Amino acid sequence: MIRGVIIMNDQGKPRLVKFYEFQPVEKQQELIRSIYRILCSRAENVSNFVKVDSLCGKDVRLVYKTYATLYVVFIFDNSENELAMLDLMQVFVETMDRCFSNVCELDVVFNFNKMHTILDEIILGGQVLETNSSEIVKAVEEILKSLFRSVCVCVCLLHTQVNINIDCLKLMLTTYVLQVGKTFKFKHSRIINFWLAGSVAAV
Amino acid sequence: MGSQGGFGKSKEFLDLIKSIGESRSKAEEDRIVLREIESLKARLGDPNTSKFKLKEYIIRLVYVEMLGHDASFGYIHAVKMTHDENLHLKRTGYLAVTLFLNEDHDLIILIVNTIQKDLKSDNYLVVCAALNAVCRLINEETIPAVLPRVVELLGHQKEAVRKKAVMALHRFHRRAPGSVSHLIANFRKRLCDNDPGVMGATLCPLFDLIMADVDSFKDMVVSLVNILKQVTERRLPKNYDYHQMPAPFIQIKLLKILAVLGSGDKKASEQIYTILGDIMKKSDSTTNIGNAILYECICCVSSLHPNPKLLEAAADGISKFLKRDSHNLRYLGVGALSRLIKISPEIAEQHQLAVIYCLEDPDDTLKRKTFELLYKMTNSSNVEVIVDRMIDYMISINDGHYKTEIASRCIEVAEQYAPSNQWFIQTMNKVFEHAGDLVNSKVAHSLMRLIAEGFGEDDAAADSQLRSSAVESYLHIMGDPKLPSAFIQVICWVLGEYGTADGKHSATYITGKLCDVAEAHAIDDIVKAYAVTALMKIYSFEIAAGRKVDILPECQSLIEEMLASNSTDLQQRAYELQDITGLDAHAVKNIMPKDSACEDFEIDKNLSFLDDYIRRALENGAQPYIPENGRLGMSDVTHFTSQENHESSFHALRFEAYERPKPAVALNIPPALDPSTEVPVPELSYLADIQQPIPPVPSASNIGSSELKLRLDGIQKKWGRPTYSSPVPSTSSTDIIKNQNKANQPISVGSSNAKASTVSYDSRKQVQEISPEKQKLAASLFGGASKSDGKQSSSSSKVSKPLHRPAEKSRSVTTFDTTIVKPSQPPPDLLDLGEPSFTNTAPSVDPFKQLEGLLDLTPEKPASNAFRAGTTDAPNLMSLFTDMSLNVQGDSLVNSISNMIDKNGLGGNTGAPSTPQTNKGPNLKAALEKDAFVRHMGVMPSGQDPNLFKDLLS
Repeated sequence: MIRGVIIMNDQGKPRLVKFYEFQPVEKQQELIRSIYRILCSRAENVSNFVKVDSLCGKDVRLVYKTYATLYVVFIFDNSENELAMLDLMQVFVETMDRCFSNVCELDVVFNFNKMHTILDEIILGGQVLETNSSEIVKAVEEILKSLFRSVCVCVCLLHTQVNINIDCLKLMLTTYVLQVGKTFKFKHSRIINFWLAGSVAAV
Repeated sequence: MGSQGGFGKSKEFLDLIKSIGESRSKAEEDRIVLREIESLKARLGDPNTSKFKLKEYIIRLVYVEMLGHDASFGYIHAVKMTHDENLHLKRTGYLAVTLFLNEDHDLIILIVNTIQKDLKSDNYLVVCAALNAVCRLINEETIPAVLPRVVELLGHQKEAVRKKAVMALHRFHRRAPGSVSHLIANFRKRLCDNDPGVMGATLCPLFDLIMADVDSFKDMVVSLVNILKQVTERRLPKNYDYHQMPAPFIQIKLLKILAVLGSGDKKASEQIYTILGDIMKKSDSTTNIGNAILYECICCVSSLHPNPKLLEAAADGISKFLKRDSHNLRYLGVGALSRLIKISPEIAEQHQLAVIYCLEDPDDTLKRKTFELLYKMTNSSNVEVIVDRMIDYMISINDGHYKTEIASRCIEVAEQYAPSNQWFIQTMNKVFEHAGDLVNSKVAHSLMRLIAEGFGEDDAAADSQLRSSAVESYLHIMGDPKLPSAFIQVICWVLGEYGTADGKHSATYITGKLCDVAEAHAIDDIVKAYAVTALMKIYSFEIAAGRKVDILPECQSLIEEMLASNSTDLQQRAYELQDITGLDAHAVKNIMPKDSACEDFEIDKNLSFLDDYIRRALENGAQPYIPENGRLGMSDVTHFTSQENHESSFHALRFEAYERPKPAVALNIPPALDPSTEVPVPELSYLADIQQPIPPVPSASNIGSSELKLRLDGIQKKWGRPTYSSPVPSTSSTDIIKNQNKANQPISVGSSNAKASTVSYDSRKQVQEISPEKQKLAASLFGGASKSDGKQSSSSSKVSKPLHRPAEKSRSVTTFDTTIVKPSQPPPDLLDLGEPSFTNTAPSVDPFKQLEGLLDLTPEKPASNAFRAGTTDAPNLMSLFTDMSLNVQGDSLVNSISNMIDKNGLGGNTGAPSTPQTNKGPNLKAALEKDAFVRHMGVMPSGQDPNLFKDLLS
């Protein structure tokens, strides 16, 4: 099973930490620190696998990969195939890339709850749940769409309360929705228009 | 907005992250985070905070905890947020809760109710969020509260929900295997799910289930092979391809499962051979994932019943790996080699160079993996090279954990295959010198025993040569001030025991060395104790040999220092030493016989040597001993003792005054029959001389004579052991002396020595017989022509470049061929099974129809019952499932199941083990109890749950 996923930057600052068995905060910090130490000491062009049984128990290994300024680390035991884990990591990063379009460290920092959403679609309870990048993106977008919808409704309600001119409101809403739509890269403008119509109708 | 904006995040949050990102030191970061915590505390407590603000605060809280600060003050807000109607708040709440809480946290009980409600939600996203939380937060006690609903969700129309429900059940299985053991049929059913994602997810729990109980899943081999075949034939939707490989992750999981199922089972293995061969032929070694599959195939081959063709293909694959430049692939190659080497030793030979190359690689991971391989292929002909390498590496690394591991491996291998005594001692010296404090203390003891017993050969000359070489090397080495304590202990012991045995070194020289050691390790009491005992041995050997002992002045001062030591143990030993030096040769010979370290002590717990004494005492009119429980009506004294016993067992203070035992009655107890006299009295006449002025037998009459003393005894006994007589302060010391005293030994020295050595010889022989395979393999690897009894080969024959020697390939190959089974014929029907599969049907199925079908299924009880019936008497259930994977939806399900059961009835009951049912016996009860417990806690709303009971009881 997969024991945990850590993303940290090249200075050892954690950007995403998820353990599939509960670890107290102090233990987490210690693990992050010692893993960072190990990763730092490794030369370039060596294998991506490290045995960490001194940190996490018998037969536990980690696979890591550097993406720009980020280390992505998967910790797992001997029931997983190392090379496959490396590719699962690739799936994870590809998915991030599709969700954020050219993912960079800042995306990870500022959207780390979205990162958790993505990760939850790939790994659940330490087991690989889904390995199909487009399925994952679809699932994540489903969730975000519903967020979007709820925000639209919210904005409408807010504006009705302050009693602005209805045209002004429509204008605001349109810009807002378009902006949001762009942020989340909805491929079908149809959906956006549909919600827009719905929200305006609600007003 | 933009990527930096995130969604719904305020400027504050951005500022926080920025300032943390820019902070230059840990202290500065901590200051910022602490300020953040303060502000969060204030705002979370504010009832006027809006919900969306609250969401952001929770996210900030998660962030704060990720940086390693305590955020427990906000846990309750996260829990509250899970109750919210809004999906996003709810999701954030669940996310925070899964990250914050462990499954035994007190707040979990507040969440279980929400989870139950959310699992019933119409919005499948809510259900998914709840299932995510279930996977992380539900513990053994709360499983029954959500179990029925999760089982229902297995039939949800959304594949995302089905997938997560499977995972949740898997999690339950890991937490408490009993809780879902009645649901194994459900897992099997999900394997035939329309959605490849759900099928892939189901492989995870199946893998665990099969690991736990291989035999009851043997029937699945055919259907799993079938699935694998379909996957490799690209029957899955295109978007499951990854780098042009069809669903590689599912392939890998399937191969793992097949490896478990086929391991050691010829019949199952034969079913797997064909597909395995196909995959390996097709494997694409240009991509990472292709190599991952190839590696998994090799692992699978190595665990199946051996098949020459596949082994050849696997060897090819390994050489592909090892030839590559990529460290990852070479790492896998070495890993695969160490797996395959067990069944096919000769393949190592062609990779010798590659292995050595890996060994010299700067990459630590690769090096360690290679050492693992070497460890597995060590034998008597290559042990010297391998152990040398291991020790060199051990010296070069700093990682304590790995150092320990490699040290213990060195020792294990060296013990098993040591070619000569000399070499063994030297190896041990090196290991102890560099990792002595890291290795298990048992190892030190086994080293001592080994030196004492010799290598098991019957000739005593070899043994004494071993000992004197050990002594020589130790005398040489012991000046080093940095030696670890465990090693010093061994040295002291060996010097004490054998330092003067061969007559090369004078007692004065050895004792001087020992004193130096004791002084150099002035703070280490254990070393000092070893040193003093060694001194005692040497002096007593000298006395016994009739020589005059002149104690060196530094020894004298050492002994005096120890006589006043704080440690009672050291003091004890020093006193013993002092007393022994004052005895005559005969007595010393009895106390400290020479070369007796490996004799067994026989402790006569019945004290049968006292029988004679007792008989005489009885003849002289003493009263017989009455056991404690037989003394009930006797007197106040017994009352007194029993009360004492009673009280001390409760460790309670007694407040009333102690009653006075009557001296007259106490006098009635004959001294020899006192229950606490465990000291062997009659034969220890000389002991009385050695010992400090302690009366050897504490007699009850003494106690009786003085009332004051008696009362003191009583008080003492309140805290001590519940015995009647006064304690014998010197029991332990007498024991020590007694142990060293060989005069009491019933076995004579010579015979016992011989016996011990033959026993060890036998065991050694056994060890060698276990590993002929290993030996053969390494002979071919390192080209050593030495036979399995190569132990005698001297270290001078060490081969400098052993790898290039021609190996005994032909011999090993022929033996291999004879043992190996013929290549199996591919099962002919396998190819015919590619009938319309679930993958093809997936798009064509009308989702609404599917939904209807699933809704029809919701009464879970009949279905699961039918399945259970199926599993108990239909071992090939799974094959039937795959056959009808098309039909297994909608209302035709129950029909088809009953059909299947009929078929099985006709086919005859093969007497399959009814494990599911036997498992259920105790589980039913446990589950009911748990359920009751949960109800009691009010976690579970009534209404839906009778399902659980029905399911369990029927």
